Amino acid sequence: MSEFFAMGGYAGYVWSSYGIAAIVLFLNAFSSLRRHQSILHRLKRLESK
Amino acid sequence: MKRSVKGGLWLWLHKMASPAYFYDVAGRLIPWCVIITAILLLVGLIGGLVFAPADYQQGDGFRIIYVHVPSAWMSMFIYIVIAINSAIFLIWHIKLADIVARSSAVLGASFAFLALVTGSIWGKPMWGTWWIWDARLTSELLLLFLYLGYIGLRSAIDDRRVAGKAGAILALVGVANIPIIHYSVVWWNTLHQPASVSKFDDPSIHLSMLIPLLSMALAFKLFYLCIVLINSRSELLEQEKRNQWVKKLVAEL
Amino acid sequence: MQYSQAFKAMLVRDLRIAFRQRAEIMLPVVFFVVVVSLFPLAISPDPKILQNIGPGVIWVSALLSVLMSLQGLFRADFHDGSMEQILLSPYPGPLLVLARIVAQWCVTGLPLIIISPLLGLLFHLETSAIKVLFISLLLGVPYLNMVGAIGVALTIGLRQAGALLSLLVLPLYVPVLIFGSNAVVSASNGLPSDGQLLWLAAMLILASTLSPFVINSALRVSCSFR
Repeated sequence: MSEFFAMGGYAGYVWSSYGIAAIVLFLNAFSSLRRHQSILHRLKRLESK
Repeated sequence: MKRSVKGGLWLWLHKMASPAYFYDVAGRLIPWCVIITAILLLVGLIGGLVFAPADYQQGDGFRIIYVHVPSAWMSMFIYIVIAINSAIFLIWHIKLADIVARSSAVLGASFAFLALVTGSIWGKPMWGTWWIWDARLTSELLLLFLYLGYIGLRSAIDDRRVAGKAGAILALVGVANIPIIHYSVVWWNTLHQPASVSKFDDPSIHLSMLIPLLSMALAFKLFYLCIVLINSRSELLEQEKRNQWVKKLVAEL
Repeated sequence: MQYSQAFKAMLVRDLRIAFRQRAEIMLPVVFFVVVVSLFPLAISPDPKILQNIGPGVIWVSALLSVLMSLQGLFRADFHDGSMEQILLSPYPGPLLVLARIVAQWCVTGLPLIIISPLLGLLFHLETSAIKVLFISLLLGVPYLNMVGAIGVALTIGLRQAGALLSLLVLPLYVPVLIFGSNAVVSASNGLPSDGQLLWLAAMLILASTLSPFVINSALRVSCSFR
């Protein structure tokens, strides 16, 4: 198992690459969903006035 | 926009261009896309990180390829999608095309950025430097600039319609230039590195290495589809907020 | 009026306006010379080094000078409303646009090209290299003007038009920069530079035929709804 994480000595490089990729993709997904929700909320508020 | 109904396909396309219908269909499609993306990601990650044998030259370090290459492919794919949608928007004035283009830009730029970062990280242990001005990385950098210009132009213009048209013109000018830019960068690069091989030549690809790569590439494509559908729905809500279908939708929340 | 007369009228108009503000004409040239002069100061006065970096430095500085001089294009007309009048005229937009770009090039591009041999001397370039420098700029600067005009047309009236313009246009400048600068480097090394110059010529022809239409569309888009 620890061999897997060590990645033959390249652990730092491999995991940071995958980590950054995960962060970038997650941020995109998160901000897209957030935006959708906030627009719906805003329109709802305008409607109920 | 009136069009003589020429059959099932035209009818479907016409419907799709209708905002309410698209909103509905997209909403139902998204959960499926998410599931398929997750499956493909799992296959790709397990295949790439666990099952693919270590490269005889680069050891386990080569596994970065499974994020680097799909990111680079996606950055180019998305730019072409933006360009095609820009053309459709300029020629046939279909608003949905503009919305899809706008919804894709940030993710496209993210992929270009990711390709650069992972490429740089890959380069450090392999060839000793954090950055190298080889043809592919330099082209990717210029692609990132093209993306940033597109995003910058669209956000700087307040009027939605003008922003859409101006962005569309810029995207088409950009896409026409990409082959020229790429060719000139490749030429420039070969001048200064006559003997060496391109730094990011893929190692000879076995099937066990190829399948995870394709799986990751597909996963990224599906991810892009999810994001574009979600963003397009948001944009549609914004643009159509005065229309009846939006008001009904919001009231039912 | 015939089309050719309309073209000439537009050209003469722009040139006349430009020559009324003679100081502004010198600005891009002065900028060019100043920027080029900074490099020996920043790097080294050693002739060997200067010969090495000369082509690149002169080309990049020319590029930046063109970018700087583009800011004034179309702007005055846009702000005082005459742009709309021009767009509404019965003459084909691309034709008038072409006239304006030619005027722009005469006023800002041509001086840069003319002074470039002098700058070549400052960097100890050989005569053969200076000749190629002149030709490469002669072919490249009009291209820079035209593609830059596309960027200007898209960003007219925007808040940070200057910075945005640079961002939009610089990636598109890269091919010309690569071939232009490399033509001079090849000439310095005694190698043939015809290929690079032909490439520049091809890009110039491409830009000349297509850019007036693109600029015309971009102007129409930018000037609507304002």
